[in-house]
Amino acid sequence: MVARGRVRGVLVFLAVLGALAAIWEGYKAIGEATGLTWPFEVNDRSMPHLHDIVGELFEPSRRNGPLLIGVLLKAAVFTAREAILGFLLGATTGFLLGIALAHSRLLERGFLPYIVASQTIPILAIAPMVVVWLGAGLFSVAIIAAYLTFFPVTINTLRGLRSADPRAHELMDSYAANRWAVLWKLRVPASMPYLFTALKISAPASVVGAIIGELPSSIQGGLAGAILNYNIYYITSPASLWATDVIAALLGIGFFGTVVVAERLVVHRAPEHVA
Amino acid sequence: MSAGPVRPAAVSLRGVSKRFAGRGGEGVSALSPIDLDVGPGEFVSLIGPSGCGKSTLLRVVGDLVAPTGGSVQVNGKPAHQARRDRDYGIVFQDPVLYDWRTVARNIALPLEMLGWDRQRRAGRVQEMLELVELTGFEGHHPWQLSGGMQQRVSIARALSFSPALLLMDEPFGALDEMTRERLNGELLRIWQQSGCTIVFVTHSISEAVFLSTTVAVMSARPGRIVGVVDIDLPQPRTVDTREEPRFFELVTEVRERLRKGGGAEALAEEELLLVEEER
Repeated sequence: MVARGRVRGVLVFLAVLGALAAIWEGYKAIGEATGLTWPFEVNDRSMPHLHDIVGELFEPSRRNGPLLIGVLLKAAVFTAREAILGFLLGATTGFLLGIALAHSRLLERGFLPYIVASQTIPILAIAPMVVVWLGAGLFSVAIIAAYLTFFPVTINTLRGLRSADPRAHELMDSYAANRWAVLWKLRVPASMPYLFTALKISAPASVVGAIIGELPSSIQGGLAGAILNYNIYYITSPASLWATDVIAALLGIGFFGTVVVAERLVVHRAPEHVA
Repeated sequence: MSAGPVRPAAVSLRGVSKRFAGRGGEGVSALSPIDLDVGPGEFVSLIGPSGCGKSTLLRVVGDLVAPTGGSVQVNGKPAHQARRDRDYGIVFQDPVLYDWRTVARNIALPLEMLGWDRQRRAGRVQEMLELVELTGFEGHHPWQLSGGMQQRVSIARALSFSPALLLMDEPFGALDEMTRERLNGELLRIWQQSGCTIVFVTHSISEAVFLSTTVAVMSARPGRIVGVVDIDLPQPRTVDTREEPRFFELVTEVRERLRKGGGAEALAEEELLLVEEER
């Protein structure tokens, strides 16, 4: 049964992927045949063939240079290091903040408005200041990625820590459990599905944060450098930028997938409690 | 229900009352002054209609709800101290198992709180699984078990640290009649094996009579004890007990007391409501 369900899942995934590819290529074919100009002119520059985008990965990135895929994977690894550090930093900060706020309505009332407000400031405006303060480098980029990561974790941890049934708390009271025991034996385990929901949002966001963080630091080695570079050469080689986007997306999906696997390993909740 | 001369009463209530703060006015009186003594090793049921405060009274004994007035002694000490000393185990209407823990780790939860080491916990968990006849299910998670099995895990958890007192709040109320009667029998066996005192809240007359050494009949608005019936059915009780004439006499007596206290109408009302709900 499980195996059959899994096979079905893979088939559905492939079917959707095929359908999306068909829509892309179909729109392109019809647009080119009818001379469609709205909302944009359809041609090989605005919409390269999918096989050209994939093929581009296996062309030299420049004359006599290494293959594009090699260049992009190297950039992806570079960015991934920043994103992982940022994710860990942001998730830990977010989780600890959530615990602190959950223990005191006063703290929550005092700090939550500022935590919410922090997310209304554009990350692009924050990033240069972090670079000014900490200098360009791995750590400052990680801080910028963490800035995008911590918020969903804080909000969901706060909700999750308050999600346990009142009777479950009564049981702890009957054991005369102290705050610490209630936190680790009841509230934190009860919050896990909420936490992982947040981590699934935060993990890909940390990749976005790392790429944005590389921009004001003028860091060349990561995906931001690749995006800027291939944006300049878009007229002559549009598939390169698309290929870069594919690699960046795959990195984000990889982060998401890692969280999903971790959730399977860590969370053993009744079916109705698993998102 | 008198305390033995040597050992202190398992539970001793003197003038216990409880008011819940209402909007603006006087508040709602949940319990009017109540006196009750439960001797060591007794099985005392609190029976009454919904809203008579029987669950509140149980929580007062467990120091989970603070009384407005009166004194509560558990095992000869104030209820608060008894809770701090982990003198009692509690079983709720719902099993209240932690679904992220396996059956074994749910049973071991109070043992962790008491600081038992892993090996000692594992040994006790096996004993408890045998006691509630769930050996082999230690690795399951609660949601993989039936409602009756979950409630047996809950009982095992409450008894794992051998408390002298077991508080049970309509533990079988959510189960079907057949499961309920089987678990009634199991509970009596467990009670006799462990020698603990049980205070048991129910709104089933036959359950109260079958299980108890004493039934305290409560009435609503305000919650109070309107009668105490000693259940002189011989021990050990079996499936045949439910068919003895004396069993029916006692059921009738409890029902009479409930009616005099205005409880029987309330019980009947409640049953009508249930019928309505089912429609």
